[in-house]
Amino acid sequence: MSPVLEIRDLSVDYGSLRAVHDVSLTLEAGEVLGLAGESGSGKSTLAYAATRLLQPPGRVPSGEVRFKGHDLLALTEKQLRALRWSEIAIVFQGAMNALNPVISVGAQIDDVLRAHRPGLTRQERTNRGRELLSLVGIPIDRLSAYPHQLSGGMRQRVMIAMALALEPEIVIMDEPTTALDVVVQRQILGQMMRLRETLGFSIIFITHDISLLVEFSDRIAIMYGGRVVEEAPAAEIYRAAKHPYSQGLLGSFPALRGPRRELRGIPGSPPDLRSMPTGCPFHPRCPQAMDVCGERMPSLDSVDERRRVACWLEEVHV
Amino acid sequence: MTFLLRRALFYLITLWAAITANFLLPRLLPGDPVQAMITKLGGRLNSDAMASLYVLFGLDEKKSIWEQYVDYWGALLRGDLGLSFTFFPTPVADVLSQSLPWTLGLIGVTTIIAFLLGTLMGVYAGWKRGSWMDTLIPVTTFLSSIPYFWLGLIAISVFSVTFPLLPASGGYAAGLVPEWSGEFVGSVLEHAVLPGITIVVSSVAGWILGMRNMMVTVTAEDYVLVARAKGLSEKRIMFAYAARNAVLPSISGFALSLGFIVGGALLVEMVFSYPGLGYVLFQGIGAKDYPLMQGVFLVITLAVLVANLLADVGYLLLDPRTRREG
Amino acid sequence: MNFKTKLGLGILAFFTLIAVIGDWIAPYDPSAMSDDLLSPPSGAHWFGTTMTGQDIFSQVLVGTRGVMVVGLVCGVLATFLSILVGVTAGFLGGAADEALSALSNVFLVIPALPLIIIVASMLPSADTVLIAAVISLTAWAWGARVLRAQTLSLRRRDFVEAARASGERTWRIIVFEVLPNLMAVIASGFVGTVIFAVMLQITLSFVGVVSLSTWNWGTILFWAQSNQALGQGAWWWFVPAGLCIALLGTALALINFGIDEYANPRLRKVRA
Repeated sequence: MSPVLEIRDLSVDYGSLRAVHDVSLTLEAGEVLGLAGESGSGKSTLAYAATRLLQPPGRVPSGEVRFKGHDLLALTEKQLRALRWSEIAIVFQGAMNALNPVISVGAQIDDVLRAHRPGLTRQERTNRGRELLSLVGIPIDRLSAYPHQLSGGMRQRVMIAMALALEPEIVIMDEPTTALDVVVQRQILGQMMRLRETLGFSIIFITHDISLLVEFSDRIAIMYGGRVVEEAPAAEIYRAAKHPYSQGLLGSFPALRGPRRELRGIPGSPPDLRSMPTGCPFHPRCPQAMDVCGERMPSLDSVDERRRVACWLEEVHV
Repeated sequence: MTFLLRRALFYLITLWAAITANFLLPRLLPGDPVQAMITKLGGRLNSDAMASLYVLFGLDEKKSIWEQYVDYWGALLRGDLGLSFTFFPTPVADVLSQSLPWTLGLIGVTTIIAFLLGTLMGVYAGWKRGSWMDTLIPVTTFLSSIPYFWLGLIAISVFSVTFPLLPASGGYAAGLVPEWSGEFVGSVLEHAVLPGITIVVSSVAGWILGMRNMMVTVTAEDYVLVARAKGLSEKRIMFAYAARNAVLPSISGFALSLGFIVGGALLVEMVFSYPGLGYVLFQGIGAKDYPLMQGVFLVITLAVLVANLLADVGYLLLDPRTRREG
Repeated sequence: MNFKTKLGLGILAFFTLIAVIGDWIAPYDPSAMSDDLLSPPSGAHWFGTTMTGQDIFSQVLVGTRGVMVVGLVCGVLATFLSILVGVTAGFLGGAADEALSALSNVFLVIPALPLIIIVASMLPSADTVLIAAVISLTAWAWGARVLRAQTLSLRRRDFVEAARASGERTWRIIVFEVLPNLMAVIASGFVGTVIFAVMLQITLSFVGVVSLSTWNWGTILFWAQSNQALGQGAWWWFVPAGLCIALLGTALALINFGIDEYANPRLRKVRA
């Protein structure tokens, strides 16, 4: 496998506050990379910074995002605009507001085609719109429907259809199914994974629901306080998460398969950007915290060739 | 079209309220100014005119209030608004029908210009927040804090008295006869410049500010972020995604502020002695010409309601959510 | 608090002070005539004199009180009405809401100025307080509309639902749970009403339907207009009063921006 997207030492600031600290991640061709963490962990900020969608006062003081040999952070506005959606598309959270309420879904798909495929005729664009809707299982006559006329699940499917309009290399899904009920959630994700197999794109799947990641992603990176604290293949995380935070996250959701586990949340609440704890940001909530945890931040080190963990417990083992 | 039906029903209720207020006011307030006028005019009133004034102002004490109300509606529906004291013996309805076109022309056109101009400037100011456009805000706030009529006075003093560039009063040059000739139309346009600019400058600020704030709010919506992620051009995002949504509350606001704007604009007509309803109202005040003043109020209310209904149609076209589900 | 808001409050405080002490510090009796007929601003008459030799500076100083009193009285009365109608409508919902909303909209849509002109000119004596009351009756509708919308969204919040579920009395919920959360909206409605009332009062005075026996900035403009000040080039007769109106209006608008930015953080300036 070869990487399609490499994020290197990316940091994000909001004013004087650092929301993301030196994150490095690699997305391999055709894989589903899961990004997990509670709200405020920096997972969405990371994705928006990497695609240069961050709104002021957010900014990227350092780091590199390499896509097909370009540094995304160094592209001009024009180069960036050409690359957007045609290479990296995004399925946004809360599809309710992600669709423009006053123009038809057909026109919103058409917009993408008109901006990126100026050679297409109106008829060709309409045909492509129909094709995309049937790809995600929506009757083609809904092309002229407005978002408020569709159910939540349908709107999310429209978002997916729109994301696939230009056959991108990468699709970023940011909490794509959070507002939907569990059944629709799994239908949509299942369909997304089948589409990935036929069309061959890579996915970055961002969600707070780690049980979905265990089920649908190949690899999972777990973020806490703006840092990646553990990264490993999904199966490894599920079988034996190393970081106490990963273990806590796994304990907060019921497992769909396998033996029943006791359901417990993580005590305490996610850290506030304005008053980050010293040392490991998780130590005030960590059941296994040691003295060193409050003093210094452990580095994200490889414990074996497929797993990286940032925890003093691991350092002690080595 | 349930949306339009509901709005139309509301406007009918409003019209009824305005007419009923018109009916009740002279009967509720102390004093009998109309009676005094009639006495003064004495024998110059013919019996028909006298009768309609009795009906309109409730001078016939023998009838019950309900009978008076029914008679009042009867008179209104016949188009009988009584005789004007100021323009005696012209019927009020005739005075109004002569001045209404002038008001519709001046206030209608300038209000639409101000709305379009202000909305467009607000779109840019909100989109390019933090740019030089922000300095527009205090300037326009100051301009909108000036009463319309005072700005009119200043305009006259600068552009008609100090630098005699434009006419200060009237709707067309004295001596011309209203007709479809180049000379007459030119004169009308020339006379409309100063009052028109006065109304636009006074009312544009409100639209700029309202639209700017809505743009700022809408720009933070997810669909604008999506539009950016889609790689659409800046123009397309700004108009089809941000402004297209931000303009909706502006249109509802347009409808609701119309009554206020028209009030200010009528004052501009007074200052410029423009031959519209505002000037007629002003002349009526001086002469305590109640039939005329009440007639002006009814006609203006009716015009504002019709304009409101038109704004609703615009809203309906722009917001699919108000259309019936299909 | 940012600079704009402070500036607005400063100007407002200045005019309030003038409203209180204007009568004492005025150099002349504003109605007293003199031999300095229609003279431009000078050391003796800072803002010049009128056709009959009255001192315009004194008229502006003395007239400030009438303007501020009407603004304050209307602000209080109309805000009270708007809370009564708006909060009730938003909180009760259903048919009561429909009826009260329709009522506010009727008042919003009907052009207020011609109506008030008719009422004022029918009144036997249109003095300051009576005019303030009449203006209040037409000025509450906008505030009621905004308050209704805010109350509606508050009503669905958890803490209000909790109070309702625990059987708290309706008026207690409104006074202790809902009203404190509406303070920013009420404040901005109050300031907006004061602007509206001041403008309307000045307009009515200018048109001449308000009693001319007490001075305010509008009556100054009325006399200027009816004596053809413009045609005679007596700019000093109408410029000072107009500028005062604009300054007061701007100050109130600036205060309202401050309240808006406080209530809606999205409008605050972005620090890049």
